[in-house]
Amino acid sequence: MYKVRLWSVKHARGMERFYNAINPAIVGTLKLKNRLFGTRFDGAVTALEAKGKALFFDCKMCGNCVLSSTGMSCPMNCPKTIRNGPCGGVRENGHCEVKPEMRCVWVAAWDGASRMEKGDAIRSVQFAVDNRSKGQSSWLRLARDE
Amino acid sequence: MSDGHTQFEDYGSNPGDPLPMLPDHVSHGRFERVLRARHFAITTEIAPPDSADPDEVLRRAALFDGHVDAINATDGSGANCHMSSLAVCAILTRVGYSPIIQISCRDRNRIAVQGDVLGAAALGVCSVLCLSGDDVSVGDHPEAKPVFDLDSVSLLSTIRTLRDENRFLSGRPLDHAPRLFMGASINPFAPPLANRVHQFAKQVAAGAQFVQSQYCFDIAMARDFMARSRDLGLTEQCHVLMGVGVLASAKTAKWLRSAIPGVHIPDAIIRRLEQAERPKAEGRAIAIELMQQLAEIEGISGVHLMAYKQEEWIGEIVTQSGVLKGRKPWAAPHPLIPGAPSPATVN
Ligand code: SF4
Repeated sequence: MYKVRLWSVKHARGMERFYNAINPAIVGTLKLKNRLFGTRFDGAVTALEAKGKALFFDCKMCGNCVLSSTGMSCPMNCPKTIRNGPCGGVRENGHCEVKPEMRCVWVAAWDGASRMEKGDAIRSVQFAVDNRSKGQSSWLRLARDE
Repeated sequence: MSDGHTQFEDYGSNPGDPLPMLPDHVSHGRFERVLRARHFAITTEIAPPDSADPDEVLRRAALFDGHVDAINATDGSGANCHMSSLAVCAILTRVGYSPIIQISCRDRNRIAVQGDVLGAAALGVCSVLCLSGDDVSVGDHPEAKPVFDLDSVSLLSTIRTLRDENRFLSGRPLDHAPRLFMGASINPFAPPLANRVHQFAKQVAAGAQFVQSQYCFDIAMARDFMARSRDLGLTEQCHVLMGVGVLASAKTAKWLRSAIPGVHIPDAIIRRLEQAERPKAEGRAIAIELMQQLAEIEGISGVHLMAYKQEEWIGEIVTQSGVLKGRKPWAAPHPLIPGAPSPATVN
């Protein structure tokens, strides 16, 4: 939801703390699940992640989550899906050139990053999305990669 | 050429042949030579024709002869259809011009883009400008599918991979890497103002060696941006060419400001045009003043002139500004197109 999304950016620091606090627990639980049940419940986990992140960030489940490097503003909401933004067309009021009613995702991102402890991560270059990961859970990937 | 600038003119019998590569250069191009030699550089834009006639491209380019160091070939700018930037560049390199191919991420995915980059280099293109591109919704085909597989920064990384690592993104090796001088666009005049310099830093980190800016009508903002860029050491790694626009009237200026997001024109400029007896001449005078002021700012390596539908005035503007300090950029050795229009001059 747009309003909640803006709220998340405004509270990027709280979001960052909350995420850092729960992340080990989530990944740990998923590792346990993987050991006990293999790929069973993967669908449910993915659906849960999609629901939660959709509520707070309008997450598009790109499967390449970079929220912690984009001030908690999901770059997939940019009409040009720019991962290193913004583009040159931001309006004087900070809104998007393509969707004038929306705050530019990347104006929000730099704003959110300035509130975060590790906000400087926004300064590193991101590469384009691996389109094969679309729709996949980032949590499950973390649990399997580690 | 005996004017002491042979360094930029040493083409052989065929002006379309690549120049010998100088030490530490990444391309065979004249544009890179001019910038690396620390000359103040001028670039401009060619409007690609709505036509399949190559002579039309040469006719338009002839207006810039002897006045600019490189010509940007736009890639479906404004999301409108025109002749492709690759084709425009190929027509231009054949006769010796130094084009900058613009590549937008809107219409092609990474497979098509990498193919075009190799093709461009094969056709003698030496400079490339990486852009995200205008959204399809603003152009004449709003029903088209926007691609945006890459963004401008990933596009820079991609071309750098091809050039410096000699391979496709997939890892498959290239037999011959594209020798390209890489650029990107900046807009220091749109929000988030405080972070535009960090965005610029990311472009440099991804491989940008030159940047061209959106219209600059606000010298104070340009100074501020350049000071921040210098503080981060960016001007030592990347050449900055500020965009200078030639406004035809107060009406055009107002239209640009309201219809093109990201264009910032102060009221003072609009007032000057409104009060001028000859608004067109005033628009040129403004451009000349801006060029002179920009040339004074530390770290600015040149200007990118955008004179849409006033291209015939480019020569006059460049000469009047004096920013080249007598240096004469490359000109076609002989008339390429019989009956090509000649640049305008003040009577
Ligand atoms: S203005 Fe912002 S949100 Fe809109 S297309 Fe540009 S970067 Fe994306």
